[in-house]
Amino acid sequence: MIPTFPLAFRIAAAVAILVTIGAAFTLDYPPIDVVQRGYRGVGMNENYNPRLLARQEEANIVPAELPLASPAGPKAGEVYHNVRVLGDLSVGQFTRVMATITNWVAPKQGCAYCHAGANLASDALYTKVVSRRMLQMTRHINADWQTHVQNVGVTCWTCHRGNSVPSEIWFTDPGPPHAGGVAQDWSGKNHPAAAINDTSLPADPFTPFLLHDAQIRIQSETALPTNDYASIKQTDWTYALMIHFSQALGLNCTYCHNSREWRDWSQSTPQRVTAWYGIRMVRNLNNAYLQSIADVFPANRLGPTGDVPKINCATCHQGAFKPLYGADVLKDNPELAGPSPETLHSAATAPASTAVAATSPQ
Amino acid sequence: MAEYQNIFNRVQVRYPPYPGVPLPSGNWPRQGRGVFSWLLGQFGDPQVGPFYLGPLGLASIACGIVAIEIIGLNMWASVNWDPIQFIRQLPWLALEPPPPANGLRFPPLNQGGWWLMAGFFLTASILLWWARMYRRARALGMGTHVAWAFASAIWLYLVLGFIRPLLMGSWGEAVPFGIFPHLDWTASFSIRYGNLFYNPFHMLSIAFLYGSALLFAMHGATVLAVSRFGGEREIEQTVERGTAAERAALFWRWCMGFNATFESIHRWGWWFAVLCTFTGGIGILLTGTVVDNWYLWGVKHGIVPTYPQVWQGVVDPATLPGAPK
Repeated sequence: MIPTFPLAFRIAAAVAILVTIGAAFTLDYPPIDVVQRGYRGVGMNENYNPRLLARQEEANIVPAELPLASPAGPKAGEVYHNVRVLGDLSVGQFTRVMATITNWVAPKQGCAYCHAGANLASDALYTKVVSRRMLQMTRHINADWQTHVQNVGVTCWTCHRGNSVPSEIWFTDPGPPHAGGVAQDWSGKNHPAAAINDTSLPADPFTPFLLHDAQIRIQSETALPTNDYASIKQTDWTYALMIHFSQALGLNCTYCHNSREWRDWSQSTPQRVTAWYGIRMVRNLNNAYLQSIADVFPANRLGPTGDVPKINCATCHQGAFKPLYGADVLKDNPELAGPSPETLHSAATAPASTAVAATSPQ
Repeated sequence: MAEYQNIFNRVQVRYPPYPGVPLPSGNWPRQGRGVFSWLLGQFGDPQVGPFYLGPLGLASIACGIVAIEIIGLNMWASVNWDPIQFIRQLPWLALEPPPPANGLRFPPLNQGGWWLMAGFFLTASILLWWARMYRRARALGMGTHVAWAFASAIWLYLVLGFIRPLLMGSWGEAVPFGIFPHLDWTASFSIRYGNLFYNPFHMLSIAFLYGSALLFAMHGATVLAVSRFGGEREIEQTVERGTAAERAALFWRWCMGFNATFESIHRWGWWFAVLCTFTGGIGILLTGTVVDNWYLWGVKHGIVPTYPQVWQGVVDPATLPGAPK
């Protein structure tokens, strides 16, 4: 006998089947490439979906570089007015950098995106003041943060990729609208967000860790309790930051850690050291460079709490284990290699408005 | 098609609704007269009700509703009373315990006070429901095995949300009320305390959990397989081993040399299920109070294997001279 099912049951069954089919589209299908990195048995593997990698590759192409210019000849700082950062370059090099920046940052808008009218020396547009600080930042990274960027360095393209504003920036999260009153306050978590892979963890681990220097290490260093009072809630924040690492680099936790004991450096990979410097680098850049031009930005470039746009791992990495897969961009852009603005003047401690002028070589 | 190979019940018995045995004095009357549902009859007994409410049941339901209201309204408030966002974000929303700095004080309502109240009412509801299960079993002249099995689960619940936070001196150690948030809490808990997989009571709990599933699969499959010989009449077969019990016993003796009986398999199942949450509760209770890092505890006690180092010389850069902060 074939049983007869009531209509409600049939509708429910049909809905369940449709939801299941829909959910199947959200899965990563085999074949998945698995790359073993750790000792066998410890599960330190990287999983790559080749279909997603192919799409990612297109986004990580380094654009064709302009031919290198000779460093010989008169210096840009002597020939042009108001050249405060790149004055040490030859006129040829300087012109090349200007043309390249246009391609990298303002390909549609052209020179006029930063330069007001015919007077190229004018600082009337805020974009020019921001670019000047960003050039200082780039030289600072390439000269002083080789612990993170090695000697391949970074250029404007590393973050901008043809956008005037890099696609991966962050602002301090004021939280979604809450009822307030006696209802529970926002605790920083329990709302989905892409930066934390839609977990319920804190959606903005950047403000405490990449702007301020809150304690990241939460695991106990001893088997038995001593005076380590790190809480589970604190762990949620560290966990969220680590998920951002994983998201931004397209890697597993095990790219750096042996997951059986996260804290143990002797079981970690050398990349964890690179990442450790990366955290300090991003923190330094957010504070010393982006925060320093807070009053330069117009209101429409600021975040919901009026803060400047800031960087995290995704700003450069954009889903790749190394930005642009580790291409040696400094080789083709020696103008951005240095000297370090830090050695010329301590920009980090200078007030925002004077920092730009004070770091001029003259 | 063979009669016994079926997902659903093959037989639905229809009769005038059975009101149940007369209740001892002091009990409330059962509510309703009982109705039949074809759909439920596919999975279980087609008769629904009558239902025994009683003061314990009433109080339990009332406390449960208060707890769910507190949790649900705070979740809804966290999306600014937007009904669509409430549905969309429901799996992410939670009622959070107070911040750790609050310790064990009664916090302001918007700083975890609601969490403490919801926890109180939910706990009251669960304990009242436990008492109701115990009393209903007694009223029917049954043993109280179900109540004690439930008590084991309540033990784990109390350790997580009440006993351990008390010992740690902070309500903030407790679990949030929320679907994803309580799952993320378990991950953070394990990370903070150095990998719960090296906790021997966690190991026991997992063994009993998987063991319960294995035993249930073995038992269910065995009884279904001999149901054509009357195997589902387990009590009769326990005392007077009919061909179903004999075949089932013989099958397992052939397969693995030893067999449970139609009686003892239920003790196996009960103990595995009870020990799962009982040992789990012990494991949670020891975490942070007695042991702060289970991996390092495991190293100390020789249960952690060592592997050859693939990368040499990786040291904590914070310990190097001149390292940035």
